Amino acid sequence: MVSRNSLSGPLDPTPDAGYVDPPARKGFFTDTSVCIGCKACEVACKEWNEVPSDGLNLLGLSFDNTGSLGADSWRHVAFIEQSRPVGAQSFEGPPTGPSGTSFLGMPGTALPGASQDGRTDLRWLMASDVCKHCTHAACLDVCPTGSLFRTEFGTVVVQEDICNGCGYCVSACPYGVIDRRETDGRAWKCTLCYDRLKGDAEPACAKACPTDSIQFGDLDELRERADRRVAALQGAGVTEARLYGHDESDGVGGDGAFFLLLDEPEVYGLPPDPVVTTKDLPDMWRHAGLAALAMAAGVVAAFAGARR
Amino acid sequence: MAEAHPVGFQWVMEAKARGAKVIHVDPRFTRTSALADTFVPLRAGSDVAFLGGIINYVLQNERDFREYVVAYTNAATIVSEEFVDADDLDGLFSGFDPETRTYDTSSWQYEGTEGHEGDAGSAESHADRETASGLQHESHGGATASQTQRDETLQHPRCVYQILKRHFARYTPETVERVCGVPQDTFLEVCDAWASNSGRERTTMLVYSVGWTQHTTGVQYIRAGAILQLLLGNVGRPGGGIMALRGHASIQGSTDIPTLFNLLPGYLPMPHHEQHETLQMWIDEMSHPGQKGVWSDAGAFGVSLLKAYWGDAATAENDYCYGYLPRMTGDHGTYQQVLDMIEGKISGYFLLGQNPAVGSAHGKAQRLGMANLDWLVVRDLFLIESATFWQDGPEVATGEIVPEECRTEVFFLPAASHVEKEGTFTQTQRLLQWREKAVEPEADCRSELWFFYHLGRMVKERLADSTERRDRAVLDLAWDYPTHGVHDEPSAEVVLQEINGYQVADRTPLSSFTELRDDGSTVGGCWIYTGVYADGVNQAARRKPRSEQDEVASEWGWAWPANRRLLYNRASADPQGRPWSERKKYMWWDEDKREWSGPDVPDFERDKAPSYRAPDDASGVAAINGDDPFIMQSDGKGWLYSPVGLVDGPMPTHYEAAESPFRNSIYGQQGNPTRKVYERDANPTNPSPPEPHADVFPFIFTTSRLTEHHTAGAMSRYVEYLAELQPAMFVEVSPELAQERGLEHLGWAHVVTARAAVEARVLVTDRMVPLRVENRVVHQVWLPYHWGQGGLTTGDSANDLLSINLDPNVLIQESKVGTCDVRPGRRPTGPALLDYVADYRRRAGVAGDHRIPIVTAGQADASAEGD
Repeated sequence: MVSRNSLSGPLDPTPDAGYVDPPARKGFFTDTSVCIGCKACEVACKEWNEVPSDGLNLLGLSFDNTGSLGADSWRHVAFIEQSRPVGAQSFEGPPTGPSGTSFLGMPGTALPGASQDGRTDLRWLMASDVCKHCTHAACLDVCPTGSLFRTEFGTVVVQEDICNGCGYCVSACPYGVIDRRETDGRAWKCTLCYDRLKGDAEPACAKACPTDSIQFGDLDELRERADRRVAALQGAGVTEARLYGHDESDGVGGDGAFFLLLDEPEVYGLPPDPVVTTKDLPDMWRHAGLAALAMAAGVVAAFAGARR
Repeated sequence: MAEAHPVGFQWVMEAKARGAKVIHVDPRFTRTSALADTFVPLRAGSDVAFLGGIINYVLQNERDFREYVVAYTNAATIVSEEFVDADDLDGLFSGFDPETRTYDTSSWQYEGTEGHEGDAGSAESHADRETASGLQHESHGGATASQTQRDETLQHPRCVYQILKRHFARYTPETVERVCGVPQDTFLEVCDAWASNSGRERTTMLVYSVGWTQHTTGVQYIRAGAILQLLLGNVGRPGGGIMALRGHASIQGSTDIPTLFNLLPGYLPMPHHEQHETLQMWIDEMSHPGQKGVWSDAGAFGVSLLKAYWGDAATAENDYCYGYLPRMTGDHGTYQQVLDMIEGKISGYFLLGQNPAVGSAHGKAQRLGMANLDWLVVRDLFLIESATFWQDGPEVATGEIVPEECRTEVFFLPAASHVEKEGTFTQTQRLLQWREKAVEPEADCRSELWFFYHLGRMVKERLADSTERRDRAVLDLAWDYPTHGVHDEPSAEVVLQEINGYQVADRTPLSSFTELRDDGSTVGGCWIYTGVYADGVNQAARRKPRSEQDEVASEWGWAWPANRRLLYNRASADPQGRPWSERKKYMWWDEDKREWSGPDVPDFERDKAPSYRAPDDASGVAAINGDDPFIMQSDGKGWLYSPVGLVDGPMPTHYEAAESPFRNSIYGQQGNPTRKVYERDANPTNPSPPEPHADVFPFIFTTSRLTEHHTAGAMSRYVEYLAELQPAMFVEVSPELAQERGLEHLGWAHVVTARAAVEARVLVTDRMVPLRVENRVVHQVWLPYHWGQGGLTTGDSANDLLSINLDPNVLIQESKVGTCDVRPGRRPTGPALLDYVADYRRRAGVAGDHRIPIVTAGQADASAEGD
């Protein structure tokens, strides 16, 4: 049952945040099946938002030298090299993935194919990750200063002039997106180009993406489009195509930025079952309150029989 | 394509979304392979064998598009009985002169045309190689007779079809597997897919880039692709054709309006001092009197260009100042020049937007050459390695260049970027797109146009009082371009109008190259661009959105020639002028209107009926029949066999690269026998079989690009947001090779050739695949060539590994395949590095006066049979 200020479950977050007659909720549908790993999204985002470089580090995670989302990386392209057993038909239809991956947890921690006998077929997954702009955004919930707020577009944005750098949001985010910038202490993350939205333009990454892997628009229209795309892929034999973050009844109420993946989320470094970390707050307070009551009762009981 | 043309690749993705199959053939699994339906790993340098195998498959299984082949190609044309094929001469063709390593091509001619002015004796072939005359064929085919003898049943033993069939008979699936390392079933899948997707109802497009051209047999690679596409009827049809992706955004423009020693605008040949002594000789060379085709008007193209250069000074009396044009005396190509610089023969050098210290083959030779000049002018956006080599290049560390003693005086002039100037880009599709200036350049940064205009103005001022005859060439140049703005920027639009051409009398812009005249009444800066300013409108600036046009989108920009988007589009209709199918309808003959109709500009005379047959004595445009779609070829047909125009053979033939670990097992002739070689101590080549010690360099290396960086790195290594995406020079190796050589992921390794040792971080990846070739396993390694010692991310330059070995037709370097050794750890530094490489040379037997045995046909060691 969803009520005002609920911390979980399906919700339209914009009216819930108090907006009267807001525009349609905006978001991203990132179709990783057409990502060519060009990283134009990373560069366009940094150019527009004047995000600093996060250092010249050869990480060796295939072609991923960004590593993860953070204060200085608001779009991050992951590269996952996967080996498939020989005999996987490489020609009829688009490539399919292995029935079980050899990865659990973060990609790139083991050399693909290093311990296998013989040559296998190869699949190279590429995906541009971004802040999910959750329906139930834990970062927003825990922010003590009100710096993080819900915009009229349903997105979650940090007001940098208010942020005090406490870092509560950093531990709250179930995806590990938001972080503090070393050089100035404040928390930074993707704004879904709030300033461009206000100017009726699409975010920089969506604009730059040459293959329309990153699609921007009204969230419910994007969700319909994504459903059709997954159905088409599965119909063409790509049985592992699936959506991630599209479901309103998931642990964060669905994401404002959701994805089409070609394998398990863990393969991409995404949590398989993200839950807004503040979801259990009412429960926690109830428990705490009960514990306090029990404590008080115990104190009363201790003193009640202590008259003599 | 996804690596080097990510934005263009969206159209491949679009096609995929509509059901197209994408096949990627490459030595390495790249981001393109990741999105392809099928990836075919093959040995770098073996593509002619691969394509030859597909050609053989098509011919043996009769899967060619027969009607198209008979009507539109020279398949039926009968070749001289003097011709002897490579099969019978162990890899050589008839007419080979081992002294000059060139061919007398008279035996290659069509029957009945031997001794025709188009064919070349050895001396002409030698001059053709020296001057890369093949390049002029970028806009037109070679010259031979227009009337030929044909057998349209394709049974005559000397018809091109039969010759082709015999020539490629050795290229069986077994051969492809053995030579290229491609498993037979994969190979046959590709053959079947390609053939099945061709014909009346379907077309297949062949896309290639410099991974094909940068070989000593590069031109023949392209020819093989063209033969296949012609056999399958894919040329001149929508969704078909051969898409040559160029190396940067406007490099098509730099061959159209060339910065090449042997070409003038519009692919007119630069005159040669002997062959084109007079204006008429030059014009005759281009117009081939008696040939079919539009080149019969070459006199108009040539004279109008001279009028553009010398304006009023160019008159009929002085042959339009033809005497002022420079003359070639031989090879003035960039590699010859660099070697000449090392030998002290060149005083000065302008480098504009080019970084040969990193981007050209044999980096050391480039830098040592530039260190031996009087002066060097570099214009670029950053202080690139070609400007700073004298103080921080690798030769400073080794002691080969001492900064205090380097005699070259280097001038660095900052350049304006592409958003700080207006002008056109001409890209892969021959599309000219005008760009506006977005911001003024800062400080001293200036455009090339500004630089050359004012340089020319100042040189003319300096020479104003000269009485030397040779200075007239400069003084008489028409140089009156209007300037504007605080920096006196010349008007790019006026230059474009001059390129377009105009009537001298009243400066009316021309609308078509057919308006050019050879009587001095027209100016035409580049005949293929005439029309870009048609009706006085900057056609290149048009930007009608695609949503408001059909898919041909003729009103976005302007394509040469004549805004024709699909070349040879006559071939999209059958000999009677009907579309081959409704699905592939493009251009067709409208019988009622008596003209060619369709969404594009017809690549044919608009009112010439399919039934037109030229009279016997016709020449020029009138000699083209109604069913000759290949109007730039002298016989109007697509060439499966090239009687003229190529220095190294009328048909592609598998030769091993100049550096290869393998003996050619198809013929005794190891490498391209006509390839351009510069035998100098400074330019050693790794040994290849049958030479001994090829095992000193047992691995194959290839180079290419990363999406994140751009060419020689001047526009990406200095930019933070790009540098951080690929922050270090690296080498990709397979896990198997890593194990064999003890290489660690993210550790260091160095790659060694007879020229240099280059160090890089190691990326161990399954994407590099060891191949089974000639019954043994061979490893390939890959290096990006973007790095140099300048910028935010620095590293060794991969091109330092390369030798200078060139294709003989166009003098392109072989930079896509070579042999090497790979060792763990960093390379030595300082003078020890020279000793290290010298030791390799000594062990390989290529030090000092070693000479490569280039002609190996008919030698005792040659493998017994092709397969």
